[in-house]
Amino acid sequence: MLTKEQIAQRIAQEVKHGQYINLGIGIPTLVANYIPSELDVVLQSENGLLGIGPFPTESEVDADVINAGKQTITMLPGSAIFDSAESFAMIRGGHVHLTILGAMEVSEHGDIANWKVPGKMVKGMGGAMDLVASAKMIIVAMQHCSKDGHSKLLPSCTLPITGVRCVKKIVSDLAVLEIDPEGGFILKERAPGVSVEEIKSKTAGKLKILGEIPEMQFN
Amino acid sequence: MILKTVKDAKEAVADIPSGAFLMMGGFGLCGIPENCIEALLEKGITDLTIVSNNAGVDDFGIGLFLKKRMVKKMISSYVGENEEFERQMLSGELEVELLPQGTLAEKIRAGGAGIPAFFTPAGVGTEVAKGKETREFDGKPYLMERSFISDFSLVKAWKGDTAGNLIYKGTARNFNPMMAAAGKITIAEVEELVPVGTLDPNQIHTPGIYVQRIFQGKKYEKRIEQRTVSTYK
Repeated sequence: MLTKEQIAQRIAQEVKHGQYINLGIGIPTLVANYIPSELDVVLQSENGLLGIGPFPTESEVDADVINAGKQTITMLPGSAIFDSAESFAMIRGGHVHLTILGAMEVSEHGDIANWKVPGKMVKGMGGAMDLVASAKMIIVAMQHCSKDGHSKLLPSCTLPITGVRCVKKIVSDLAVLEIDPEGGFILKERAPGVSVEEIKSKTAGKLKILGEIPEMQFN
Repeated sequence: MILKTVKDAKEAVADIPSGAFLMMGGFGLCGIPENCIEALLEKGITDLTIVSNNAGVDDFGIGLFLKKRMVKKMISSYVGENEEFERQMLSGELEVELLPQGTLAEKIRAGGAGIPAFFTPAGVGTEVAKGKETREFDGKPYLMERSFISDFSLVKAWKGDTAGNLIYKGTARNFNPMMAAAGKITIAEVEELVPVGTLDPNQIHTPGIYVQRIFQGKKYEKRIEQRTVSTYK
């Protein structure tokens, strides 16, 4: 089973040179730590920044420079600041190439739920609905099962959804999977030491296993 | 130039009544109108409808309004940092309309720009789509969203001049420029108020035409929600 850091590390392998990328809160934020330095990419923060840099030192902390998770950050050389309408214009306009976000549930058709548990938790969707409605490539970072052992990869979402048929790829603590446009989770890679049988038993939605499934590779 | 200056926050918000429809700038606690918030707390009005991306935290920003039960309805995109908010919402004491952040931003932008409605892909097939017209363009479904115009917009900028021209700093810009344009009356508070002619016209983010009242805030705490520092230098 992968740690959160390892999930982030595996997702970083999906990043391509020249991409503009939006990272969600939680595990997706960690992806920035593992993007190879030889790739030139720009991180977008939906509160109005292109060019997110590392966390500041104590002396660099500026209350007016934060990311969408409200963390203090720095701006890299070449950064640009803009307002929230502009920020979502570039998101809906398809200018952001890659969106990485967390999920509470994903369905075998690529529906995603991550903003509300009726009667219990209502944090709101933030920018997630705009992002999933528009990004060309959406990768989900998530735990394969809930804490009480229930699969979060389902035939259809039980929670209120954030977007319909939008997820392309999932990296969980157990596996890398792609959504089949015809329906189903296509198993692409296993976490080190995790068997196909285990993934099968923990995936409630339709799992498609084509040939030998390799283990994930980490540098 | 038309002078927009008022003495202080108290004078700026003096005529905001109970039941008003307000827009308040900021993302989290970044770029919020701290001085107007304090003045409204002292005024103690109630039944407010507030458009703001977030609802502050329990003891700062709009969270303080919630504690004093000044808010009837919040229109936001993300409210996860405030326990009192969540309690009032789940118990039904507080009306809440949650909208996708880009939809919220565009509803405000469109309001200020004279556009009554627009179509967006965000929220199609979700709870957000309930009761809204869906229309297909080029084979893809979109939701119709109506725009917002406020009775009063409360915005915060870094610098401003006496004619109401505003410059924001860093990510404290966020919702402030669109809200300035979407207010029937827009009140701008700034960290530094300068005479007309001081600011470079090329650098103005919000032209003074959108601002009816401006004052320099007495003090800014600029509280940080997630102070995150790197351990190495």
